[in-house]
Amino acid sequence: MVITEITEQQIWLALENVKDPEIPVISVVDMGMITGIQLPLSDFGLRTCSITMTPTFVGCPAIDVIKKNIREEVLKLGFDEVEVKVDFETKWTSDRMKPEAKVKVEKFGLAPPVMLNDEELTEEQLNNVRCPYCQSTDTTLRSAFGSTLCRAIRFCFSCKQGFEQFKPI
Amino acid sequence: MSNALKDLLFKMADDALIIGHRNSEWTGIGPMLEEDLAFSSMAQDKIGHAQALYKILNDVLGEADADTLAFKREEKNFKCCQLVEQPIGEYDFSIVRQFLFDHAELIRYDMLTQSSFQPLAQLAKKVKGEIKYHVMHADTFVKLLGNGTEESKARLQTSLNYAWHLALGIFEKSEFENDLISENIFAGEEELKKRWLQKIIPIIEAASLKIPATDESKIVYGGRKGFHSEYLKPLLDEMCEVVRSDEATAEW
Repeated sequence: MVITEITEQQIWLALENVKDPEIPVISVVDMGMITGIQLPLSDFGLRTCSITMTPTFVGCPAIDVIKKNIREEVLKLGFDEVEVKVDFETKWTSDRMKPEAKVKVEKFGLAPPVMLNDEELTEEQLNNVRCPYCQSTDTTLRSAFGSTLCRAIRFCFSCKQGFEQFKPI
Repeated sequence: MSNALKDLLFKMADDALIIGHRNSEWTGIGPMLEEDLAFSSMAQDKIGHAQALYKILNDVLGEADADTLAFKREEKNFKCCQLVEQPIGEYDFSIVRQFLFDHAELIRYDMLTQSSFQPLAQLAKKVKGEIKYHVMHADTFVKLLGNGTEESKARLQTSLNYAWHLALGIFEKSEFENDLISENIFAGEEELKKRWLQKIIPIIEAASLKIPATDESKIVYGGRKGFHSEYLKPLLDEMCEVVRSDEATAEW
């Protein structure tokens, strides 16, 4: 039997198909959740790989679903086993979200998070959030907590609609 | 050193688990939808933090897994402070408790980002960002209600007076205090309490409330050593009801 090599590049492409269950337009790669891919050599002819990911929030209830989805998607490439590990060593922050992902998030109707660059969130950043529907920045924070752990609820004075924001964290 | 570390991790994890459970009691009955969501979200965060701390106890310090630690320990082995055990009461008490507890929690994690114990330092960096939103939530409502109507102000003050000596019990020292400090694991409860007072006093004043007088003899200690209020046992019974109903096969 000819065993073709599965490359890391193929794994990254497969991971593009694994969406965040709470924001189905963006993948775990877009979110910056994947922190490592290891392709260990096996002496027994088994093809295995190990993927590490970092959750957005420590108590994120979607972690198990995401792990399962990653495993199933990557197994399709022809691996005998795929291990998915959660690591807290790489801290997830909203800065890890790719710029193109932020565009998708906004189109989805969620205001994307501003870049924090390892600084504290300022009052100005908190107030100056653009409405994803009408692009006005005349908006206010209604509640720091929304329908999922990563969202806050805001209100736009210009189009008079409530909207959600992906929290900068 | 591992006993000192275990003591620190257990008290933090148990605080987070119990306050998380209390927060979840607001699910469905919050005074308005946003507050229902806020307390439910904070519950989810806190229980996640507890789980991550139990996981360190399991992975690094040889304790049982998170579910066993959360659901199969006797009351006397819990190290939470008595503040977090109190029933949710009315909304004014819950918001005041959240304010007093979360400020201490944020400062504790901030101090722990410098810890020589790497697993905790790493977790602290992550958790800090989440608790900032809890503190922001508490500050907003404490200021809003303190500067609101006569009734909201009076209610907040009454709850603050009631919670004050319970909150000071957060900083009950353990027998390992000096070990934690000398090993640069944690700078200690005394330092935490000092920073906490510096932080909360200006906010209480901005909320037009009075700082309650501290009577050392009234500070509610005991929780850290396994002595709890009458409220913890019923909470644990309720929390563990499912797992106890079918110990062999219950899973979630």
